[in-house]
Amino acid sequence: MKKYTDQGKQDTRSGYGAGMTELGRTNPNVVSLCADLVGSLKIETFIAENPERFFQVGIAEANMMGIAAGLTIGGKIPFASTFANFATGRVYDQIRQSIAYSGKNVKICASHAGLTLGEDGATHQILEDIGMMKMLPGMTVINPCDFNQTKAATIAIAEHNGPVYLRFGRPKVPNFTPIDQTFEIGKALLLNEGTDVTIIATGHLVWQSLIAAENLENQGISAEIINIHTIKPLDDKAILDSVKKTGCVVTAEEHNYLGGLGESVARVLTQHHPAPQEFVATKDTFGESGTPELLMEKYGLNNKAIEAAVLNVLKRK
Amino acid sequence: MPNYEELQNLITQVRRDILRMVHKVNSGHPGGSLGCTEFFVALYNEIMELKEGFDMDGKGEDVFFLSNGHISPVFYSVLARKGYFSLEELNTFRLIDSRLQGHPTTHEGLPGVRVASGSLGQGMSVAIGAALAKKLNGDDHLVFSLHGDGELQEGQNWEAIMYAAGKNVDNLIATIDRNGQQIDGATKDVMPLGDVGEKFRVFGWDVLEIENGNDLKQVIDGLNEAKSRTGKGKPVCIVMKTVMGNGVDFMMHTHAWHGKAPNDEQLATALAQNPETLGDY
Repeated sequence: MKKYTDQGKQDTRSGYGAGMTELGRTNPNVVSLCADLVGSLKIETFIAENPERFFQVGIAEANMMGIAAGLTIGGKIPFASTFANFATGRVYDQIRQSIAYSGKNVKICASHAGLTLGEDGATHQILEDIGMMKMLPGMTVINPCDFNQTKAATIAIAEHNGPVYLRFGRPKVPNFTPIDQTFEIGKALLLNEGTDVTIIATGHLVWQSLIAAENLENQGISAEIINIHTIKPLDDKAILDSVKKTGCVVTAEEHNYLGGLGESVARVLTQHHPAPQEFVATKDTFGESGTPELLMEKYGLNNKAIEAAVLNVLKRK
Repeated sequence: MPNYEELQNLITQVRRDILRMVHKVNSGHPGGSLGCTEFFVALYNEIMELKEGFDMDGKGEDVFFLSNGHISPVFYSVLARKGYFSLEELNTFRLIDSRLQGHPTTHEGLPGVRVASGSLGQGMSVAIGAALAKKLNGDDHLVFSLHGDGELQEGQNWEAIMYAAGKNVDNLIATIDRNGQQIDGATKDVMPLGDVGEKFRVFGWDVLEIENGNDLKQVIDGLNEAKSRTGKGKPVCIVMKTVMGNGVDFMMHTHAWHGKAPNDEQLATALAQNPETLGDY
């Protein structure tokens, strides 16, 4: 199996901050907005270097989304940032009407997504955001897996004309994808070739899939691993090419199994190549307080849960 | 000096357009449209500096946002009569495959519209964003917006009102259509708004009033006064008192015609009160 090296744990939100720093230096049309969470979003450098291009809106996310929409009228590329919970569910209608339906070039940048927000608990741990955002016509939905990929995605979406939902997280996790990689929206990445099962993962679950695949290899099971950083538009071809070869699939995401990546994959397979599928995702539940590691364990979102799902799906082949 | 006679003729013709548009499809919102006709005609023909043609960015010209999108009939009529699109297209209002959707949208590419509106309370935030972009671009043109008074019940407005004053968005003129009516009745009964102007004032806006928003001279003078107060550190608010349904006697002073179209007989009566001036579409 192909080896990936942890270059040192970093948080994906810092990848966003690093991407914003670079955009601040290279693209004069990029502007940043934040709703009283500058420290959490790691955008201090962008602000220090481009104070006139930063808009602090206070604790008022609805207004932030509207202002972001307005800033595009005049050619700006707004990156509106806050926690994922407040960037989606709280302001769904503002995103729907003023951004998505109006076709505005706004980048909705959402940190602290999912259970790994940890101790703050379920009020802040959104597990429904991918579903809400992928249902909006014209919205691109991206959930990168580590620091390097989040930085690359942040830079890439500035070049994409249209609304984007960029989802990332709080905890420090292994940074294993190439530094200064080119990020291609909608292009799945084949991380490991295998023959018995396809594991399709997004976000923090990609690294967990790699660990799971190593353990499975020791049991004589060959797992193909696909990093789906873009959930919409989905790379149908990459999914079908792999599942046609392996004959079964496990999807893994830090999100509710209703409305998430897994359902999108299931739609592709149902239409074109029906195959057994298991879902590593939360099962229609809210989260709770706790450390990220224990939460991922309790809610079945780690490498062990992926291994178990693989063993289950293999029985159904 | 504005040519009041010419503008008054346009106002009467726009009222006919509104009535005929909503009658044809038996839907739409005539009440607020009729009440804001003087405002729209003045804004587009006397107040705003506009370029030829239309582009989304609106650099180098004044831009306008309609937040209470349900009064689309008056917006469409004034845009068409200003030349943004053909008068004939008014025939397609609310019909399938039309650019003239029930509520204004950019989705079908209608010239003159820069954001979708209809779900209330979002327009002021968008207007602020456009005003901030103008400042970044070194464009000293203005951003105008219109909001229903009932719409102020949406909380997002107060986030925007706080922001515009707190961050000195002084190239913005937000007008509140203070007609005192909303779908379920008088605003004072549905959800009292109190002293709207005072509320803006204590948030830090420069506020002026147009006592009769159906008097063309008062509207033009008020808008010009508002323009003169821009660039001085504060956003400018106009509280404009209008009569919903103005110009059609049986539609006035009631919320009944907020979202209801006249029947054939009612249309004939209403049109007789607004004789054709510039030619029906």
